[in-house]
Amino acid sequence: MKPAPFRYADPGTLDEALAVLSHEGAGAKVLAGGQSLLPLLSMRLAAPTTLVDINRVPGLDTVEATGDGVRVGALVRHNALLRDVAAARVQPLLARATANVAHPAIRNRGTTVGSIAHADPSGEMTSVLALTDGSVTVATPSGTSDVGWRDLFVGPLETSLHGPAVVTSAFFPALPARSGTAFAEVARRKGDYAVCGAAVVLTLDDSRRVSSVRAAYLSVGLVPEVHDLTDAVAGKPVDSADWAAAGALARGLVEPDSDLHASADYRRHLVGVLTERTLAAAAAEAGTRR
Amino acid sequence: MTTKLFGEPVRRREDVRLTTGRGRYLDDIGHTALAAAFVRSPHAHARIVDIDVEAALDVEGLVAIYTYEDLTGRMAEPLPVLIPHPQLHAPRTGYPLANGVVRHVGEPVAMVVATDRYIAEDVCDRIVVTYDELPVVVGVDAAVAAAATVHDDVPDNVSAHHLQETGDVEAALRGAENTLSFTQYVERSASTPMEGKGVHARWDADDKSLRVYSSTQASTSVRAAIAAKLELSLDRVEVIAPDVGGGFGVKIVHPWPEELLVPMAAIALGQEVKWSEDRREHFISAAHERQQKQEITVGFDDDGRITALDAHIWHDNGAYTPYGIIIPIITATQLVGPYVIPVYRARVESMYTNTVIVTPYRGAGRPQACYAMERTMDRIADKLGLDRAEVRRRNLIQPDQFPYDQQLIFQDGRPVIYDSGNYQGLLEKLTALVGWDDVAGLRADAESRGRLLGAGMALYVEGTGPGPYEGGHVQVLGSGKVLVSTGLTSQGQGHETAFAQIVATELGVPIEDVEVTTGDTRRFGYAVGTFASRAAVMSGNAIALAARGVREKALRIAADVLEADATDLEIDEGVVQVKGTPGTGVPLRTLAVLSNPLRYAFDEAAQQATQFAGPGDASLPPVAVGDAPGLEHIDYYSPVRSTFASGAHAVIVEIDPATWEIEIVKYAVVHDCGTMINPMIVEGQVHGGVAQGVGGALYERMAYDADGQLQNASFMDFLMPYASEVPAVVIDHQVTKSPLNPLGIKGAGEAGVIPGTAAIASAIEDATGRRIASMPISPTELYDLMRDENAERTARGTGVLT
Amino acid sequence: MSVDLERTVSITVNGVPREATVPVRRLLSDALRHDLGLTGTHVGCEHGVCGACTVLVDGEPMRSCLLLAVQVDGRSVTTVEGLARDDGRGGQLLHPVQEAFRECHALQCGFCTPGFLTTIAAGLDARDNSVDITDDEVDELVGGNLCRCTGYANIKKAVRHAAATMKDPR
Repeated sequence: MKPAPFRYADPGTLDEALAVLSHEGAGAKVLAGGQSLLPLLSMRLAAPTTLVDINRVPGLDTVEATGDGVRVGALVRHNALLRDVAAARVQPLLARATANVAHPAIRNRGTTVGSIAHADPSGEMTSVLALTDGSVTVATPSGTSDVGWRDLFVGPLETSLHGPAVVTSAFFPALPARSGTAFAEVARRKGDYAVCGAAVVLTLDDSRRVSSVRAAYLSVGLVPEVHDLTDAVAGKPVDSADWAAAGALARGLVEPDSDLHASADYRRHLVGVLTERTLAAAAAEAGTRR
Repeated sequence: MTTKLFGEPVRRREDVRLTTGRGRYLDDIGHTALAAAFVRSPHAHARIVDIDVEAALDVEGLVAIYTYEDLTGRMAEPLPVLIPHPQLHAPRTGYPLANGVVRHVGEPVAMVVATDRYIAEDVCDRIVVTYDELPVVVGVDAAVAAAATVHDDVPDNVSAHHLQETGDVEAALRGAENTLSFTQYVERSASTPMEGKGVHARWDADDKSLRVYSSTQASTSVRAAIAAKLELSLDRVEVIAPDVGGGFGVKIVHPWPEELLVPMAAIALGQEVKWSEDRREHFISAAHERQQKQEITVGFDDDGRITALDAHIWHDNGAYTPYGIIIPIITATQLVGPYVIPVYRARVESMYTNTVIVTPYRGAGRPQACYAMERTMDRIADKLGLDRAEVRRRNLIQPDQFPYDQQLIFQDGRPVIYDSGNYQGLLEKLTALVGWDDVAGLRADAESRGRLLGAGMALYVEGTGPGPYEGGHVQVLGSGKVLVSTGLTSQGQGHETAFAQIVATELGVPIEDVEVTTGDTRRFGYAVGTFASRAAVMSGNAIALAARGVREKALRIAADVLEADATDLEIDEGVVQVKGTPGTGVPLRTLAVLSNPLRYAFDEAAQQATQFAGPGDASLPPVAVGDAPGLEHIDYYSPVRSTFASGAHAVIVEIDPATWEIEIVKYAVVHDCGTMINPMIVEGQVHGGVAQGVGGALYERMAYDADGQLQNASFMDFLMPYASEVPAVVIDHQVTKSPLNPLGIKGAGEAGVIPGTAAIASAIEDATGRRIASMPISPTELYDLMRDENAERTARGTGVLT
Repeated sequence: MSVDLERTVSITVNGVPREATVPVRRLLSDALRHDLGLTGTHVGCEHGVCGACTVLVDGEPMRSCLLLAVQVDGRSVTTVEGLARDDGRGGQLLHPVQEAFRECHALQCGFCTPGFLTTIAAGLDARDNSVDITDDEVDELVGGNLCRCTGYANIKKAVRHAAATMKDPR
């Protein structure tokens, strides 16, 4: 299985990259980690006319963790984010989710931003961007802008980005005070795409009662979905809240599909189970974070 | 003193090169060869209306395109039916390139030869084939319903009705105290070696000879097939199996279309041509196996002793039957297992479907047979409220009943007579090893952790080492090197080491001096192949006999040289000496020189063998009547029938009743393959087989949809287990030697996989209280089963619901 | 900066500077095997799942079937052929993991083996081997590669054996 012919450029600056993308037209595709793109090329499921390899563009490989959140450059490899201590402190969900991405050799090359640009609703990082209410920064020939996750993900493996564009970073807002997060997925084999996954953010008020529960699910829709589950447990003390009720609420909100690996019913069922389990884990953290 | 290496866990000789990147697999050969690629059918059943190559012709690097129209003579005939059988009343095979009709996705339609594989694939993309789609048959149920047919002239989609019976089963069932009937399914899977198939061919136009490398399990037979189809004399064709990255059965059927087409192109083009199969090709055009529907009716007394067993099975053989009905035969004959079955009938209908051909995958019908028998035992136990081990125990053939004639005819055309075994011993060791009597306690502990727990077991008997024969050639060179060759092939079983152990032990030479070659028709011309766990039994024994012949000759020559009696001589560290007198003997390498009387000495050592070198007896010819020059011997082992290995597995599973994920927490194996040449290699075979058994029970399934499209033709969606999915295995051994061969060996290659599906199904059933009647099973399917009000529950079923 | 169909790349492979002119679509796995003649790296799937093609790029394990040869221009690549070191006397000193695989019968057909060896060698070389290796570490080192022959048991054994050797090289 070999890729169909294409032309290749490896620009040394962002401007060069955008110039090549403009020049080569609609058939040009950005190549960063390549861990999702190359199999598609080898199977000839995709046949871009030109690959624009941005791996030589400087300044895209940093992780910046501040009080506001974590900005992850386009060339940050999954494993680099996984190991970043500052990022994990600001937004613990990043490392927890990234640990579930494929296998170490894939994580050494694949990028967080690349996963997001790939827009796979089964992907871990797309859901994390959604749940943290994150955004991406996109450079185009006419300038740079931020695109929120809701505007970014328009369909399975489809983003709103058209024309020459390079996603230069993703921004994940910090975990709020008095909050906890957790991530869990069920996969057929360790490292596989999730059959169903859940990421949750639980926020307490200053008397340790639930003030907000939000959850994002993997592999239950065509685009990443964030659901507000607060109603099921609002105001309940964190130590005695009935997370199963949140799970039941979540089950009613999702409309998963069936495929080779799991039925829609089973996925819906897992949404309930994983919501309960992740909220129990997030609760432990929420109580300790100011 | 040379250590006797036979029976020792000798570290493998082949590993030195294989761990340093110096293996030589098919694609490592022939860097300058042209590359072949194939246009393969995207439809499961269709008539080919037109093949338009126009758009492909101007691709730079294209060398040739072939379709059926380009095939002449025997190449234009169907591929052979390798194993004919009187009950195979409607055999059908394909053509090397489709002749007007395609019958499965992946069937080759056109071959492209180009300067490299990338370009060959570009050319394939530009070839436009127009098809008229035809109705598609997928799965045995659709095949039986026959609303559509795979072959126009086979209206019921049945290639064979295979029948084996030992008495009037219907009468016996009528007379039984108890009967029960059930239906179950096992789904399609595949060998999936890490290396796909591959063929490299070179035609020497001066010499008019063809050399073919193929990643095959049967190089000798491939040679014969190529010679026949390309109308070459056998002596003008040589076939070599290089290092092969796994076979597990998928590389036994032959000739592949590619094994004929690639040499054909090499001859026509006057250049080396190579085809290395890619993963997608392997999924859609290399053989699969396993799918069966089974209807079992069993009669038994109130103590759980079987009095009659009737198995009606529908076997999916795919679109063609090049391998005949070997798998149906194996299922039918191995189903009876280690038990006394007074009256037995097996009817196996071999059904055509519009899917890839079905040929042996490790186990080759035995996993399905074991699944049928062992699940029957489970149901009897459930019906009578008996322990599942106890029911089995009551039905076992006893240690003093060997040889035991099951009155069936095996895949070698010979009777199923169990030569030796101790099934009672297997069961006792198994229950001890897994802790069968402690399961109740484990279950309670699991429950306290919120998990379900269950145990299951399965026993099997495996006919191994079928004939007709294998041969061995052992030759001592004047350099001291001992060359060993046999015609069958290797795919990772450690033959280079195991066979060297045999010769080192028999001949008394250091193993470092022994070099083994397998699967090369230049070195050994008569052979059958590697399958049915036969290599150690067949080639092991043949090589031992050949080595004994060399030993006998060496002692004879040495007796002359040392002026001693041959019976007073021993061989130690490659030196023949009077017993117990080191330092006074003659090395084998010198005997090798002396065994070949020379006129011309080409080196100093050879001078010893020339006409004026020693006393000699002028009244005798230099080469005695009936003797031959050289210190070498060829011998064959041809068994009167197969030898029967056996084993027993037990599994403990824990299930998460929220996610329905299934975890194997203990996997116990008791294994009997008679004498073991290398116990480390045997254990490795068991480990690998168990991993495939676990894969087949919980993860792997070839998912064809109703249109005959394979939904999971990649490793992303065909779930071969990683290390995280394979449990640790505890192994105990039992040795009941085979009385049928000199070394007492029984085969070990397939044992690990045979009972996996049965044992795991049994354990899941025990954990959940729901009848498991279709395997493999995954969490989503278990979830559905547990919610289904109509799902059958076992007697112990707790009715666990979520 | 050009947009090309073909490039000449310079890659340091196993410590040796190598050069090859390749079509830009040439996968690194194919470039290593066919353009540079290093056939130790094997191709099992070409979609990044099996791991047989794993090599080290600047010391980190990566799937060579998911890299284009042009992407490692100027970089260093280590294949299974480069795991052993020269012993200074004309011979080779195998990496402990290579010795361990043979000692523990961790390979049968050998096709998946190079991918395991590079991955495990890198992992063991990167860790503090004065500390005993844990089950979790073993699982992580072997968890990303497929093997059809061994059932993984002896591969895990080999990892522990190699780690122990590296802890106490006597």
